[in-house]
Amino acid sequence: MITRGFTGRPRRDRLPGDLGRRLPPGQYDAGDEWPVLTAEATPHLVPEQHTLTVDGAVEQPHTWTWHDLHTLPHSSYAGAIHCVTTWSRFGTTFTGVSLDELWRVVRPRPEAAYLLAHATTGYTTNLPLEDVTGEKAWVVWAADGRPLPPDHGGPLRLLVPHLYFWKSAKWVTRLELLTTDRPGFWEQNGYHDRGDPWLEQRYQGDP
Amino acid sequence: MTTEDLAVPGEAAPVGRWTVGTLAEVERLGDRLVRLRLAVEDRVDHWPGQHYVVRLRAEDGYTASRSYSVASDPADPLLELMVESMPGGEVSAFLHDEARAGDRFELRGPIGGWFTWRGEETAVCVGGGTGVVPLVSMLRHARRHGLADRLRVCAVGRTFATLPYAQELLDGGAFVALTRENLGPRVAAPPYLEEIAPLVEGAGRAYVCGSVGFASYAVRLLQEAGMLTRAIRVEQFGATG
Repeated sequence: MITRGFTGRPRRDRLPGDLGRRLPPGQYDAGDEWPVLTAEATPHLVPEQHTLTVDGAVEQPHTWTWHDLHTLPHSSYAGAIHCVTTWSRFGTTFTGVSLDELWRVVRPRPEAAYLLAHATTGYTTNLPLEDVTGEKAWVVWAADGRPLPPDHGGPLRLLVPHLYFWKSAKWVTRLELLTTDRPGFWEQNGYHDRGDPWLEQRYQGDP
Repeated sequence: MTTEDLAVPGEAAPVGRWTVGTLAEVERLGDRLVRLRLAVEDRVDHWPGQHYVVRLRAEDGYTASRSYSVASDPADPLLELMVESMPGGEVSAFLHDEARAGDRFELRGPIGGWFTWRGEETAVCVGGGTGVVPLVSMLRHARRHGLADRLRVCAVGRTFATLPYAQELLDGGAFVALTRENLGPRVAAPPYLEEIAPLVEGAGRAYVCGSVGFASYAVRLLQEAGMLTRAIRVEQFGATG
């Protein structure tokens, strides 16, 4: 249904360079801004005391201390992030550890099919395991070369940049592998179980 | 804190699909605010605190959508939104500058089950600017159900004229703090700890809504006043249009 009088911003295919191709439908470029959106009060955690546990449907549950985590091979992601509230941000570089490095240690059981990420605040989000396997997902502690600030999820957040950013749980402390899907915090509150920005999977019921 | 603390207890909040709303009333309040009252087809009644997505569509199919909190009581036959026009705001500026009665809009809602209140617990609410909008819905709901004593509202604005629903909030018993002008005997200032503490006393839950900067200020104030961090629910709006 056409909105009377609405023309809107320049179209994606008229944006400079290849920005249009890189901007998913319904999103806009937030430029240098990095909006902060959370449902809870920001916790102020001591990085050196922060731990990450991977358990559930795995052969060998494991807890990494802050120090241990940093001894794993580091890797970086440089690119776009897409928030369901319609902003996208390009060119942020995140540094941390690929989840594949963690899977090598814990060895997911064959029947493991989903991940439920837990934050220190109790926030949770669910993801298909295949979306966080194969150099597509990280736990990160730095953005653009600086420690991740608390309001952006520091000291440690999940990073799954090919899905809407609420899947990239801030203050992540536990990755629970599951054999059946279990909706997380926003997913129980009407948001999509997968959240692919290119398919505009914003809310439950979207394709 | 456990996952259960963040889970939605009991009944799930209502969820509505894409529908159409016809603008029945539109009122521009100053340069920035516009109050929209819409007749929504096949409306699913919301819970106070929930929001709707408004989607604008151009002739070539291009769309832009933004989320807005609901101001109306669920019992109101119309859905009321209060939108602040943001500089360069693709959706908000259009709604403020162009919308007129009779226009039809694509709407989706209600959405959200976290930032809701139906009187289940005594709550303190702190809203800044248009962050008072979901609190107005809660207040209207509370008054209709005789639950006003279970809802303590602190509304913060720069001036009386630019704070949405300022008079209604005052009349409804809210504490109004203006930061740029005096209000009665109260000198212009953000809310003080001594002003918030009595509202927090005996409240089991807190709601904070406003800009990112406001929300972090309000959360700190509530924490200093003794509110448990895990009992604070936050709704922020950032760089959106």
